[in-house]
Amino acid sequence: MTDFIITLTLTILTIVMVLNLGVMLLWVERKGSAILQDRIGANRAAIFGKLPFNLGIVNTMIADPIKLFTKEDFVPLGADKLLHTLAPVIGLLPLLVTFIVIPFGDILVIGGREIRLQAANLNVGILYVLAMVSLSVYGVVLGGWASNNRWSLLGGIRGAAQMISYEIPLGLSLIGIVLTFGSLDLQEIARAQGQLIGGWIPAWGIFYQPLAFLIFLAAGIAESKRIPFDLPEAESELISGYFTEYSGSKQSMFMLGDFIEAIIVAGLITTLFFGGWQVPFLLRDGFHFPWGGTLALPSLLVTLLQVGSFSIKVIFFCWLQIMIRWTLPRFRYDQLINLGWKILLPLSLFNVMATALVIILFE
Amino acid sequence: MDFVTFFALAIPLVIIAAMVIAHPSPIYSALFLVLTLFLLAVYFLFLDAHLVAALQIIVYAGAIMVLFLFVIMLLNLQSDPQRLHQQGLGRIAIIGGVVLVAELLLLLQRSSSGAADTPLPDKFGTVEALGTQLFTTYLLPFEVTGILLLVAVVGAVVLAKR
Repeated sequence: MTDFIITLTLTILTIVMVLNLGVMLLWVERKGSAILQDRIGANRAAIFGKLPFNLGIVNTMIADPIKLFTKEDFVPLGADKLLHTLAPVIGLLPLLVTFIVIPFGDILVIGGREIRLQAANLNVGILYVLAMVSLSVYGVVLGGWASNNRWSLLGGIRGAAQMISYEIPLGLSLIGIVLTFGSLDLQEIARAQGQLIGGWIPAWGIFYQPLAFLIFLAAGIAESKRIPFDLPEAESELISGYFTEYSGSKQSMFMLGDFIEAIIVAGLITTLFFGGWQVPFLLRDGFHFPWGGTLALPSLLVTLLQVGSFSIKVIFFCWLQIMIRWTLPRFRYDQLINLGWKILLPLSLFNVMATALVIILFE
Repeated sequence: MDFVTFFALAIPLVIIAAMVIAHPSPIYSALFLVLTLFLLAVYFLFLDAHLVAALQIIVYAGAIMVLFLFVIMLLNLQSDPQRLHQQGLGRIAIIGGVVLVAELLLLLQRSSSGAADTPLPDKFGTVEALGTQLFTTYLLPFEVTGILLLVAVVGAVVLAKR
């Protein structure tokens, strides 16, 4: 019974944290892009009106969601009402439950009981993430089809083609990591990155698989359908693409889904390439520096440091994706498909072969 | 899997599978097929075959069915129950169904009835166990399937280049 309550708490906690981070990213996106483009950005709805500047937190994180959820919910004439309503839910639901397999810490010891800081420990962790991400395509496809609008349909078709194309390099780039660490279990992969290469460098995935990291980052951004890969949306060509006919809370579900996908990509990059919750030189009982010094720390503090390390890394990669989104222009459609099939796919295949060869030759 | 779980899953599964052919709209048919495949994956989960469940969703529900939907949307297919009967496709479907049922009955007869009571071997259904089986006991069928897929890929490229 206690185990069940702990698992339930961890699951709810993970989902709530992901949702929170999603809304926070909305703020970073709007205010961050304003700073990047030398604008003022969101500056309405201030509570602390006396301040000389407005961070826009109230505006983007409270006022905007309230506005979106109280807007009129419009279904166009001749649209498939059921699918029009279901599409955003189908798109969001698989993404919400994806993060539960990503470990955010090692173990937390409370009163002699060891709690694994991972909501669901699956033997097929990486495959579960890929399965859930691949299911979210239906939201885009159905949203585009059910709107009874040519722009929406084009956006939906583009989205389907793009996401199917980029799932292949996404999955193949992870095979290199799986070969290196010999497991599909994300917690085991995170644990394996606690060792040191040559006594100094932490054994993070990026040092073994730099090419896979670049492929994964590119394909991951493409999966989240954001600039430079936002062809399904493409305001200048398709109005708003697959969610042209969406308004209010349904439209915000699509938007939130994109942010959550960015968080999932950041979480996977952290876990697979940047040591997950590992802090360099930090073991279960404290720091063991390579120059011989040790610093003993209580178990609770070690766990806190690990969770903090994981959170900082995830937030950093979310921020990086938003910076990329506001720095690059949009691809043309043929460039997008060429990049996926003629550059990323051969590169990821090469990476798998090279990794397998090295492992066979040196082990 | 106990009696109650089996039927709690099997009855909706059969109804949804029937809806695939019963629904007049091609889009809804495809969506019911997605739901069928998803429920099959849940079945595999209850049978401790986690890898098969994950692959079922990634390959069938997540990729192949999206391409089905893609084609239906691109051609803007409408429901047209007349054509099926005109071309005699209904008769072919009946023959196919009979063959399928015969195969299932044959399999049912061959399978030993006591298999459900024997405990599962250690690590059953994990990636390691399934991978070892694929690359030792079933190596030849595995490689043949690989060649078959390669032929399909080459064929698709040839057709696309025309």
